[in-house]
Amino acid sequence: MSIDLSQFHQVFFEESFEGLDIMESSLLALDLTEVDAETINTIFRAAHSIKGGAGTFGFMQVSGFTHVVETLLDEIRAGDRGIEQDHVDLFLQCVDCLRGLMSDLQAGSEPDMTQADDLKSKFEAILAGGEVVAESAIDTQTGNQDISDGSTDDSGEKGWKIEFIPCEDVLCTGNEPYRMFRELQELAEEGEGNGLEVIPHLERLPELSSMHPEMCYISWTIIVRADIELSEIEEIFEWVVDDCDIRYQRLSECDLSTLETHQAVESSAEVTDIVVIDNADTEQEEINTVPLKTPVISEKIEKALEESAVKIAPKVEKKAVTKAAENTSIRVSIDKIDGLINMVGELVITQSMLGQLGQEFDVSRLQSLQEGLSQLEQNTRELQESVMKIRMLPISFAFSRFPRLVRDLSKQLDKEVELVMLGENTELDKTVMEKIGDPLVHLVRNSLDHGLESVQERTDNGKSRAGTITLNAYHHGGNIVIEVKDDGAGLNKERIRKKAIEKGIIAEDEHLTDSQVYDLIFQAGFSTADVVSDVSGRGVGMDVVRRNIAELNGSIDVSSKDGEGSTFSIRLPLTLAILDGQLVRVGEEVYIFPLVSIVESIQLEKSMLNNITGNQFVMQLRNEYVPIVSLQDIFNIDGEKKDLEGAMLVVVEGDTEKVGIVVDELLGQQQVVIKSLEQNYEKVDSISGATILGDGTVALIVDISGLNNKSSENKSEDQTQAA
Amino acid sequence: MTNAARQKNNDAVSGTGSDDEQQYLTFIMAGEEYGVDILAVQEIRGWEATTVIPNAPEYIKGVINLRGTIVPIMDLRSRFSLERVEYSPVTVVIILKVETERGERVMGIVVDAVSDVHSISDSDTRNSPELIEDLNTEFIRSLVSVDDNMIILLDVQRLLTIDRQVIDQAVDVVADTDNDKEKDKE
Repeated sequence: MSIDLSQFHQVFFEESFEGLDIMESSLLALDLTEVDAETINTIFRAAHSIKGGAGTFGFMQVSGFTHVVETLLDEIRAGDRGIEQDHVDLFLQCVDCLRGLMSDLQAGSEPDMTQADDLKSKFEAILAGGEVVAESAIDTQTGNQDISDGSTDDSGEKGWKIEFIPCEDVLCTGNEPYRMFRELQELAEEGEGNGLEVIPHLERLPELSSMHPEMCYISWTIIVRADIELSEIEEIFEWVVDDCDIRYQRLSECDLSTLETHQAVESSAEVTDIVVIDNADTEQEEINTVPLKTPVISEKIEKALEESAVKIAPKVEKKAVTKAAENTSIRVSIDKIDGLINMVGELVITQSMLGQLGQEFDVSRLQSLQEGLSQLEQNTRELQESVMKIRMLPISFAFSRFPRLVRDLSKQLDKEVELVMLGENTELDKTVMEKIGDPLVHLVRNSLDHGLESVQERTDNGKSRAGTITLNAYHHGGNIVIEVKDDGAGLNKERIRKKAIEKGIIAEDEHLTDSQVYDLIFQAGFSTADVVSDVSGRGVGMDVVRRNIAELNGSIDVSSKDGEGSTFSIRLPLTLAILDGQLVRVGEEVYIFPLVSIVESIQLEKSMLNNITGNQFVMQLRNEYVPIVSLQDIFNIDGEKKDLEGAMLVVVEGDTEKVGIVVDELLGQQQVVIKSLEQNYEKVDSISGATILGDGTVALIVDISGLNNKSSENKSEDQTQAA
Repeated sequence: MTNAARQKNNDAVSGTGSDDEQQYLTFIMAGEEYGVDILAVQEIRGWEATTVIPNAPEYIKGVINLRGTIVPIMDLRSRFSLERVEYSPVTVVIILKVETERGERVMGIVVDAVSDVHSISDSDTRNSPELIEDLNTEFIRSLVSVDDNMIILLDVQRLLTIDRQVIDQAVDVVADTDNDKEKDKE
């Protein structure tokens, strides 16, 4: 009977990614001066379950790769080998590499094994007693696939000699050696001149009286004569490899005559010792020679790639996101589910009470009807809240990548950085979390690169050597606030100003407030970095950050103090499914403005109005001029034109600019559930979605930033027409 | 739904008649009888007020709330450039559902009245005459005679998914060629 394993793939991937996260965080937590055995065990366990799972599901690339990683870990665990910084770095690279392999497999594509093979050979080199190969070899993506255990060796007899010494309780764990031999035979049967030879060794066999029926005292030497890969054999021994002593050797490399004088190898269940004898010496040489030739070329390639990556990146990212989003799931704590069930129970009780009331209703019971209805309202709201909570995850999911990022970057930039993370348990909608990750990375990189000074500069200014970057998350009202704070030099206002004048963004004599100056760094193509590094300084970044956050209906603020550091605060709605909206009426239609983008609502007076170029009006709002647009015009709504004077005006702020929108009437404010308009229709300009109002009719939600663009488009069209 | 899939569905559903028979829901518009594949029909409703979509083409009357889903409503008369009529309580909206590359798509079409359900064999249908060089023929799958009445069978898939831009461009092209013709006359 065969079971379709593919149904469990998703679970496997999720568990493996979790396992990789655990490995990564444990590796980072590892204190090399005082190695904690439990941490090593944790890392080992994670690697082991990934290997086992991958083997079960037939992802041999992953299991094969993890196996070598695990072997080294096991030696460290057993105390045979000390752990060094090089090892940690290598393990971290493995985590990255495994993550890549997994994502490829998850997306259903063939994984790129180049990096894995590279790393694998490095591990094998260490296992064979070698040193970690120079760092520069890591990034060279030049393929050296043939280094891996491919059957490049054509001379001599094809096949393998396997020494299989099972531990005594191998039978108790349900592993039957005979079954493995049968499988080996199946492998060996294909082809002429192939065959299987099994030689049992009975040296360990005790006296019959002291023999335990469930123990295995026999070890074997197996000769497989067939042209097969080592991985195929390893697969068969997948489940016993940790408890048994197995040695593989190519037939071409071993002297068959020694077989007769074979000596049983002592083994115990505790020690796992797998030696892969596979041309280890020649490999070592090959690896050492490769980096010598490649750095120059790879540097060039990397440079070119980086250039193009900047342009391609957004597109590629999007693709990846949609692919992954197809089949994601969410883990919900049982408490939340229980709470939900309770809530539904209450709802049912309220419903039955109301139903009973409805059957025998008279006016005298109006009071209890009202009570029932308010109870229903409360139940519904609680239910809504807890359903929303299901989508909520603690923000530590988004924060977890930063320790690694900061560690790598600080090394690269030669700065000392301490990362502090606060409020990691603050909960946030899963979709928001996924989209906030990249902007946060941008901000942290910026803080590290531009914000924090070098160690020299810090000590000169009487600051502590290590800079501090603080990530903080907390709830504020109906929003979540995420802060990225550094104790660096702060934003250099003069330099920003100078750069902005240089780039023609502002005029030389223009007077700007502090916040207006800080605002400049969000302009596209704006960078104050003198040197473009691969960390930051290309001027893409901050504008992307702002756009991504605006897409989530959020906002970003900057505050900075000279010499004390700067703080970026991101304010986000808790969820994307619900929006606080202001209902407005235009003609006979009701539209909804997101409440976050509304600055104020005022009644227009003639004195505030100025007419420029005939039909474009601006309004003087305190010390700003705000263009006025009419929703009636933009949306081509039927109805008579009204005089601007005395009209109701809603001042909104989209990306950057304020716009006044003329509406006929302000209706109430309410929370609305966002529904897609694209699903059955298509994307509509200046409309971000639709919702259903209390009376069952549909109302459209206005996309403020889209509206802003539209009005400026109209303006330029008018100008061209005028010209 | 691809044609093959549709055929398969039909085979499964139409137990009556020969194998290649399909059932069509027919409706009346401006005196003519049109037919749509009955399997694409989700439900039939009376006309109700819609929420207008800004800057939508003339034939999109707006969207309605269909049990929590936002469903656009298309006026088929205006789509086929027929004369407009006032909507009355008997004006009918047929809700159609088709599978597209982007997933299921639901849309309502406004017609004068629903007429009948016919079982029509594929072999009885005739292709529409090729001489009609009109955009609207895009939506016509075939013609068929039932009891001496001609029924125009519509391709629901095309009707619901055809890209608006393509149509607009096509209209422009048609308009341009018309202009050219007029110029030629001059």
